[in-house]
Amino acid sequence: MGIISRGFGGRRRESSPDLPPGQYLTHDFPVLSAGPTPRIPLDRWQFSIITETGEKHTWNWDEFTALPADEFTVDIHCVTKWSKLGTTWKGVSLDTLMADVESAADYAMAHSFGGYTTNVPVEDLLDGKAWVAYEFDGEPLHPEHGGPARLLIPHLYFWKSAKWVNGLRMMPEDEPGFWEAAGYHMYGDPWSEQRYHGD
Amino acid sequence: MVDTRWETKTARTLVLDVPEWPGHLPGQHVDIRLTAEDGYSAQRSYSIASAWPSDGGGTVELTVQRLEDGEVSPYLTDVVEKGDQLELRGPVGGWFVWREKQPAPVLLVAGGSGVVPLMAMIRARGLARGRQPFRLIYSVRTPEDACYADELRRRVRDDPGLDVHFVYTRKAPDGWPAPPKRIDVAVLNTHGWPPDFQPDCFVCGPTSFVETAADILVALGHDAKKIRTERFGGA
Amino acid sequence: MELDGNALAGDLREVFAGDLTAAVFTCAGCGHAGAVATLRVFQPAPGLVGRCPSCEDVVLRLVRTPDRVFLCLSGATRLELSLDGE
Ligand SMILES: Cc1cc2nc3c(=O)[nH]c(=O)nc-3n(C[C@H](O)[C@H](O)[C@H](O)COP(=O)(O)OP(=O)(O)OC[C@H]3O[C@@H](n4cnc5c(N)ncnc54)[C@H](O)[C@@H]3O)c2cc1C
Ligand SMILES: [Zn+2]
Repeated sequence: MGIISRGFGGRRRESSPDLPPGQYLTHDFPVLSAGPTPRIPLDRWQFSIITETGEKHTWNWDEFTALPADEFTVDIHCVTKWSKLGTTWKGVSLDTLMADVESAADYAMAHSFGGYTTNVPVEDLLDGKAWVAYEFDGEPLHPEHGGPARLLIPHLYFWKSAKWVNGLRMMPEDEPGFWEAAGYHMYGDPWSEQRYHGD
Repeated sequence: MVDTRWETKTARTLVLDVPEWPGHLPGQHVDIRLTAEDGYSAQRSYSIASAWPSDGGGTVELTVQRLEDGEVSPYLTDVVEKGDQLELRGPVGGWFVWREKQPAPVLLVAGGSGVVPLMAMIRARGLARGRQPFRLIYSVRTPEDACYADELRRRVRDDPGLDVHFVYTRKAPDGWPAPPKRIDVAVLNTHGWPPDFQPDCFVCGPTSFVETAADILVALGHDAKKIRTERFGGA
Repeated sequence: MELDGNALAGDLREVFAGDLTAAVFTCAGCGHAGAVATLRVFQPAPGLVGRCPSCEDVVLRLVRTPDRVFLCLSGATRLELSLDGE
């Protein structure tokens, strides 16, 4: 590590024993972006699940928001080292979306408008662990934060919670997504600090 | 850091004595990394303002514009002191640079702190007694926001073939012929070079400024390949 | 916030011996060729992403860890470097 910069504090941050290792607490909601923010009109929005046999399940916005939704409060942990506690969301659980999907695949690739992808084991999507969320803090999810809808998998680093999500592709074998292919960890458990490939 | 001086109320030049500095080309930058006691660190890029070799010996100068809510720039303008050490990486960059042997006339278009690498080009030309005609169009909010104002005035007098034109976006000096305005077609047409001269154009500043100015240059008929741009960020 | 490929110079310099911002990439998506310095770069993100100025496709991804640099060039079909350092 380099020299300590005398008198440099950096952006206000707190450490807290409740946080995963290496994380700092933030009270605002930083916007991370790897590209222009896509603006998706609701009448063009859709979400699909494509199984390993090619079977496709699709919901348009009205069908999707008519599904039973959960309101839930979770902590989120970004790999760029900020964590935000007690965030409240509304979204459709993946258990609901996967209910009629016949698949034996162990992995899924989440796809987004704008081309982003991220890989997740199917067991991390089920049993109330993941949602497709469309409200944050009681408001429609802002495009900067992934609206109309984003994946939310709070027990993994936040890059797994794909913004602007538009589908899942079921995969028998694990494959790297956008950041995973560029050096990030395939799984990304914040509590074991699985940030990069090989961690 | 061996010395420092204010260029405006909010922009400060840091004079650095860097061990084993290999020399640099005007337009290159360095990456500065700050590290807090607890290991937290932040890194930003800063263009080199000085030419090489520098008048004062082996020093390298940066000019930093303070952004009020910024993480790194207020530290560099208000906290770091003479005698402090800074961790830097560089010089880096090899595309947004001007080389003495480029024979074409040069048009420099600066928005705010984007003047820094362009000033290095003006200084390098001065040092090499370059004959290429240089024009700088420099957009600032108010006259008080202009960096290097005295030096530019002196160089326009002493460096043959150098012209400087200011654009004021918020407040113009008394008696200025035009009301405050953003850079536009008229300014680049009147104070730049005609496209026929095939000038090398360097455009630098906040991202939105760079896009506006580069688009206008292309619309005026400049070859996109002759326009080099560097975006500093911001809205 | 949007920057350009000039901002990649320092990190790329850790992977390559010379400057890479003056190298010419050819976009795998649309065939556009241009200097690495002209890529559109977005921040902040878990890494640096360089997008083609012509079609916005991702040309390169660069991830820095405390002790490693990963560079993924899957969006470029070619990278052309001048050998005289200019
Ligand atoms: C190649 C390169 C060369 C650069 N050279 C110089 C230089 O010579 N002198 C100089 O002062 N700066 C230069 N910059 C900009 C510099 O790197 C920092 O981005 C700037 O100092 C802000 O950092 P910060 O930590 O203070 O602000 P941050 O904490 O990063 O940002 C604070 C707020 O300011 C906004 N912001 C960030 N950057 C800018 C900007 N440039 N203009 C307006 N708003 C902004 C952010 O969106 C944010 O809202 C250069 C940038 C690049 C990429
Ligand atoms: Zn392209």
